[in-house]
Amino acid sequence: MAEKSKKKDILRQPMPEQEPDVRRRNFDEVPVGYTPETAMLEAQRCIQCKKPSCVEGCPVSVDIPGFIKLIKDGDFTGAIRNLWSRNALPAVCGRVCPQEIQCEGVCILAKKGDPVAIGNLERFAADYERAHGTGELPPRQKPTGKKVAVVGSGPSGLTVAGDLIVKGHDVTILEAFHKPGGVLVYGIPEFRLPKEIVAQEVNFLERLGARVECNAVVGRTVSLDELFEEGHDAIYIGVGAGLPRFMNIPGENLIGILSANEYLTRANLMKAYKFPEYDTPIPKGKDVVVLGAGNVAMDSARTAMRLGADRVRVVYRRSREEMPARAAEIHHAEEEGIEMFLLTNPVEYLGNEKGRLTGMKCLKMELGEPDESGRRRPVPIEGSEFDMDCDLVIVAVGSGANPLLTQSTDDMQLNNWGYIEADPETGKTTKKGVWAGGDIVTGAATVILAMGAGRKAADSIHDYLMWGW
Amino acid sequence: MFKIVKRQEMSEGTVILNEIEAPLIAKKAKPGQFVIMKANETGERIPLTMADADPEKGTITVIYMVVGKTTALFKTLKEGDAYQDVIGPLGKATHLEKQGTVVCVGGGTGIAVLHPITRGLKEIGNRVITILGARNKDLLILEDHMRAVSDELYVTTDDGSYGRHGLVTDALRDIMEKEDVKQVVAIGPVPMMKFVSLLTKEFNVPTMVSLNPIMVDGTGMCGGCRVSVGGTTQFACVDGPEFDGHQVDYDELMKRLAAYCEEEKECYNEFCTLEQA
Ligand SMILES: Cc1cc2nc3c(=O)[nH]c(=O)nc-3n(C[C@H](O)[C@H](O)[C@H](O)COP(=O)(O)OP(=O)(O)OC[C@H]3O[C@@H](n4cnc5c(N)ncnc54)[C@H](O)[C@@H]3O)c2cc1C
Ligand SMILES: Cc1cc2nc3c(=O)[nH]c(=O)nc-3n(C[C@H](O)[C@H](O)[C@H](O)COP(=O)(O)OP(=O)(O)OC[C@H]3O[C@@H](n4cnc5c(N)ncnc54)[C@H](O)[C@@H]3O)c2cc1C
Ligand code: SF4
Ligand code: SF4
Ligand code: FES
Repeated sequence: MAEKSKKKDILRQPMPEQEPDVRRRNFDEVPVGYTPETAMLEAQRCIQCKKPSCVEGCPVSVDIPGFIKLIKDGDFTGAIRNLWSRNALPAVCGRVCPQEIQCEGVCILAKKGDPVAIGNLERFAADYERAHGTGELPPRQKPTGKKVAVVGSGPSGLTVAGDLIVKGHDVTILEAFHKPGGVLVYGIPEFRLPKEIVAQEVNFLERLGARVECNAVVGRTVSLDELFEEGHDAIYIGVGAGLPRFMNIPGENLIGILSANEYLTRANLMKAYKFPEYDTPIPKGKDVVVLGAGNVAMDSARTAMRLGADRVRVVYRRSREEMPARAAEIHHAEEEGIEMFLLTNPVEYLGNEKGRLTGMKCLKMELGEPDESGRRRPVPIEGSEFDMDCDLVIVAVGSGANPLLTQSTDDMQLNNWGYIEADPETGKTTKKGVWAGGDIVTGAATVILAMGAGRKAADSIHDYLMWGW
Repeated sequence: MFKIVKRQEMSEGTVILNEIEAPLIAKKAKPGQFVIMKANETGERIPLTMADADPEKGTITVIYMVVGKTTALFKTLKEGDAYQDVIGPLGKATHLEKQGTVVCVGGGTGIAVLHPITRGLKEIGNRVITILGARNKDLLILEDHMRAVSDELYVTTDDGSYGRHGLVTDALRDIMEKEDVKQVVAIGPVPMMKFVSLLTKEFNVPTMVSLNPIMVDGTGMCGGCRVSVGGTTQFACVDGPEFDGHQVDYDELMKRLAAYCEEEKECYNEFCTLEQA
């Protein structure tokens, strides 16, 4: 391909970051963001494909060449407006999307070298708007008089609320926790996604007229049927996959073994990293093991390091290739001194007379035949048992569907794993007037997929409110 | 915000009663259920059982013992002040059934938790015998309330300053030997529930206890509240807090309650120093 030589010469602009040995002990955000100059330079690398493959890689089809061109031209306000038309939370997605398997993974430039830094540019446009924008609100259509309740304030619920509020509906978000944001506030740590950003996004919805009611546990404080009785015309359920999974091996209830949900909730939502300024304590392990190798595991490991651990090991039963975390997270974790202890599986926790964890009995694994997921199945190597010392284990081996809400309604169909059955195109559940999306339908997935599901459901809810089921 | 409409000190200021405006929760609350409360922005979330709920007035009542930083902070809140967050009702409601003679055993602030359950058992027609235990006379709470909902009431104190000198299990054994007891409900410190359960097991009488492990969310998403019951792991906030007393691993629960001992001391000491300054 005969490209213009000038564009070819520009290398992918690196993201300026805090140095590893500084950041491993603080909670400030790791990447510091592009300057306008760097962003415009990076934007020049995009060759503005006629048939942009990157857009196909994005679950919500962001107009990638479009917004990048606007950045290239220095029209940052135009860029953010363009992004907003497809994606309500670009500041979040720019930071947490697994770009390497989505937009950037299929960028044409990735074939020969480094893809355009789409995520970094998306983040830049959003951050620039937050710092310099006028805070102007999008126009809101005239009130329809229809009331919608959105259950759960994660990315999925926030998307539904945003879409429906501008369409003129009356929207109330009900959140079980005392703060809105879902995983974005309780799970993903400050050093990866500053909570200020999430708070601003929620504030934006409130300025548009959405109500946010925290401390409302739907299924307990109020039921779905009561929400209808109160006059809501439609309900969206986006309660996430907040049920912690454990290993189910002996010794699991020793002190010093926490689910990643608990560990991260203490650290992030309750701000235990600022203990004792904040009252919630968090165990500070010296020799920490994290079980699992997804984003949740990386976040837990990096949090433990920041809380002062001498050593943090990620223990995973498969090999590096199968690690599900974003590439950037694994890279950052390793830079911060976190060790990857692969092909290892604990079979028992060991403790002392006070009931505190002292170590784990583990087996070495090897990879066998591929399983249903297409990944090679880890099989224990006979006689490979060994003990590993540790004083804190964070279990990040996945999550399931929390039955709290679904148990309280018998007329909504669930699948075998307890997730809600919803039409993939519309988000409609089997209960009239109720939609669902995000992790509670798909199982633990990604922010952008949860948002994409929210957008489809919002369209379907709008149709219903205007024209019927 | 959740305003305190009534505040009362008991047991020489070591136990505090708060009646709080929380209309949504009051409408739904059932005996045995609890709320999670947080006083302010920097505060911790802690669980407290509802000792009462008034759906008409839209209020709930909690009674708590001052044991550490958070309860000490709660104690500083006056009538008219507000809690930032109150979440509930959480946990399963007590399963109340007419059975005949039942014995309710309460110790410490467990008595506050026991009160609505005792009342419920009485209301559906059981003959209720109540035993209350305290370290000494001054630490005994809600005696009159409990008397009003019981057919018979006995008190034991560790030091003999009031009622019978001894432990609740002494009084319970006498009753079990005399009466055809169909069920025992025991709520109080973990060792008390443990020894009551050991005793009732001798007599083969079903026993219900209410467990108080450390909690964070109270909705089943963290697993911090896990307890071993009958060899399986249960989340007390959603599967409980009430369980079959004969199946609970009390020793594990006691150990787990000490998980944050050091941090709690640090936090409390800091708070006390600030309070005095
Ligand atoms: C630690 C961690 C790191 C992650 N990192 C990434 C990443 O880097 N990139 C990425 O794309 N994805 C990541 N994910 C996954 C991503 O965060 C989730 O897929 C996404 O948040 C799901 O959104 P959701 O709206 O479906 O649910 P959630 O974000 O889980 O929000 C659900 C909300 O509903 C509330 N709720 C639950 N039950 C009730 C009820 N009964 N009543 C009222 N409210 C209720 C919850 O409190 C919560 O606030 C990560 C997840 C975790 C846990
Ligand atoms: C379902 C349930 C119902 C309860 N009902 C009552 C009640 O009606 N009245 C009452 O006085 N107490 C009740 N408790 C106990 C009460 O929650 C604790 O006493 C309180 O959390 C102590 O907090 P603190 O900061 O003052 O003390 P801390 O110094 O933090 O702790 C003192 C002890 O309290 C326990 N504790 C600490 N944090 C928590 C937490 N987040 N969750 C649970 N326990 C904790 C620990 O065992 C600790 O050693 C209940 C507990 C549970 C789980
Ligand atoms: S939303 Fe995510 S996948 Fe889509 S363009 Fe942005 S970073 Fe890429
Ligand atoms: S595929 Fe890459 S180069 Fe082509 S438009 Fe998308 S970002 Fe630009
Ligand atoms: S308190 Fe978190 S699961 Fe029970």
